Amino acid sequence: MSQPSPEGDAGHRGAVVALERVTKRYGPPGTPAAVDELTLTIPAGEICVLVGPSGCGKTTTMKMVNRLIEPTAGTITIDGEDVMRLPAVELRRRIGYVIQQVGLFPHLTVADNVGVVPRLLRWAPPRIHERTEELLDLVGLDPATYGPRYPAALSGGERQRVGVARALAADPPLMLMDEPFGAVDPIRRERLQNEFLRLQDKVGKTVIFVTHDVDEAIKMADRIAILQRGGILAQYDTPDAILAHPASEFVERFVGADRGLKRLSLGRVRDLALLEPVIVHAGESRADVRSRLDGVPIEYALLVDEREQPLGWIDQHDLEGSGPIDPGVASPGAPTVQPETTLRDALSAMLGSSVQLGVVVDERERVLGLISVEAISEALRAPVAETPA
Amino acid sequence: MREGQPFFRVDWIVDNLDVLARRLGEHVLVTVIAVVVGFVLSFALALLVRRFPRLYGPILGISGVLYAIPSIALFVLLIPITGLSLLTAEIALVSYTLVILVRNIVTGLRSIPPEVIEAAAGMGYTGGQRLWRVELPLALPIIVAGLRIATVTTIGLVTIATLIGRGGLGYLIVNIGINQRFPTATLVGVGLVVALSAVVDWGLLVGQRRLTPWYETRVG
Repeated sequence: MSQPSPEGDAGHRGAVVALERVTKRYGPPGTPAAVDELTLTIPAGEICVLVGPSGCGKTTTMKMVNRLIEPTAGTITIDGEDVMRLPAVELRRRIGYVIQQVGLFPHLTVADNVGVVPRLLRWAPPRIHERTEELLDLVGLDPATYGPRYPAALSGGERQRVGVARALAADPPLMLMDEPFGAVDPIRRERLQNEFLRLQDKVGKTVIFVTHDVDEAIKMADRIAILQRGGILAQYDTPDAILAHPASEFVERFVGADRGLKRLSLGRVRDLALLEPVIVHAGESRADVRSRLDGVPIEYALLVDEREQPLGWIDQHDLEGSGPIDPGVASPGAPTVQPETTLRDALSAMLGSSVQLGVVVDERERVLGLISVEAISEALRAPVAETPA
Repeated sequence: MREGQPFFRVDWIVDNLDVLARRLGEHVLVTVIAVVVGFVLSFALALLVRRFPRLYGPILGISGVLYAIPSIALFVLLIPITGLSLLTAEIALVSYTLVILVRNIVTGLRSIPPEVIEAAAGMGYTGGQRLWRVELPLALPIIVAGLRIATVTTIGLVTIATLIGRGGLGYLIVNIGINQRFPTATLVGVGLVVALSAVVDWGLLVGQRRLTPWYETRVG
C-alpha cells in the first residue's frame, strides 16, 4: 500500500486504527456492556469487517470511532491520535461515512451532495467542483449527466455509489461503512461489492465495514472481526484463517457448516497446480493418441484447433480402430476457466458438465492446463489438516 | 337597503377608489404584522420543542386554547388592557396563528428521514448547520403549507378587528355595508378579501416551489 495515490493531490492513504479496551455501557456500572473491553488494531489500508449476530455491538463499535456514540471507557486512536482529543465534528469531517439507507440530502443535487464535506471544510468552490467531478467519475457516474440530478431521480444502486463518492470527498484516510449494500437486491449488491473492491484497490483507504452477512464479510474483508453478544471479540483474523481454523464453537456455528465451500470463494484457479492435458490436433492418428493416453491419470484427450483453443474431449471409445481423428467426434462443452476465476465458480462450472475437468485458458482462450475436482478439494483440505485438535 | 337605490353601485366604487385602496393597504399591513410576528414566535417555540420534545404537548395545548376563544370575546377581554389599539388587534390575530404555525414547523422538522439526520451528523455538521442547511430546507414545504393556512385565516379574521377600528376591508363590509345598509360596500369588501386571500395563497405556493425544486421530482 505504498504506491502513490492515483488521485493526484494530497492523497491520504489509509490510517492505522487502534481500539484499546474499548467499552460501551448504556446503563450504570454493573449493567451488561454493549461492547466489552474490545481491543483491535486495524492495519492501514485494510478492509476490516465487523460481523456478528444482532446485538453483538458491531454498529456500536463502529460508531464509537467517529463518536456518534461516545465510549464509556478505553481509547480509540487513528494514526496514534486519540479521537476524544478532537472536537467531534472536526473528527467526523476527516472520516468517510456510508450508511445502509445512504441518507443523501434530497434537497441537494448529486454534485452538491458529494461536495458536502468539502463545503463544511470551506474549500474554494472551483476545488469542490473539480473534486466532485473526479469522484463521480471514480464511482462510474458521468458528472455531466448525474451531477445536476436530485437523489429522487436515481436508482438504489446509483444512490449508493453517490453515497460512497460523498464519503470519499475530503479524501479521508478512514471510511466507516454500516451495512452499505444491505438495502439493494442480491444481483446489484454483488456488482456494488465488486465495484467497491476495485475502487479500494485504487484508493487504499482503511475501511471499517459492518455487516451481518458472513458471505459478504468473507468476500470484502482483509480481516474479519467476529463479535458475539455483549461486544466480545470471538475471533479476529483473515477470512481464510477464520474459515480454516475457527477459534471457538461460536465462530464455527456462525460461519456456518458450509465453511469449506465458503473458503472456495477465497481461492483462485491460479493458486492450484495445473494438470498437463493430452493435447490432440485434428488429423492425428488414433493409435498414436491411444499410446499417449496410456500411463497418464486423465482418461480424456483434449482436442484443440489450430489456434490452440479447446474444442472438446475425446474419450477411449472415440479412439478405437485406426486412421486419423475426426474432429466431429469430440464431445463439446468442456468448461473453460481463467486463472482469476474463484474456485467456487470453477467448481460450479465443472460440476455442471459431463467431464468434470476444467480447462484453464489464458486471455486469448489458449489452453494453459487442466484442473480437477480432486485438486480443488485437495486445496481445501490442506490447511484444515494443520489444525491442532 | 335605502329606498330608491340600485343594489350595486359601480359609480360608488369609482368615486371611492382611494378609500378602497387605503382600506386594502391597512388590511395587508395588519395581516403582515400578525403573520410575521406569529411566525417568529412559532419558530422560536418550534425550536424549543426540537430541543425539549416534552414541551410540545403543553405548547400545543395552550395555543389550542387561544385558538378556541372567539375573536370578539378576545377583543372585549383585551380592550381594558390595551385599548382600541393596533396592539389589541395584533395580540388576538397572532395568537390565532400560533397553533397552525407551531404544529406545521414541528411536523416539518420531524418529517425528515432519520437516515438523513444520521448522515448529516456522521459527516460533521454542527447542530446549527444541520438545522439551517438540512432540516429547515427539507421542512420548507410543510412550513409553507402552514404559513398559507395561517395567512388566509388571518386575512379573514382581520375584518372582525373593525370592531376596534383596525379592520381594513372589514370597515367596508361592516361599518359602511351593514351598519349603513349599503350592500355595494359589503360586496366590494368581501370580494377584495377573497381576492387578497387567493393572491397571497398562490404567491406563497409559487415561492415555495421556487425554493424547493427537488420537492416536485420527489412527489412525481
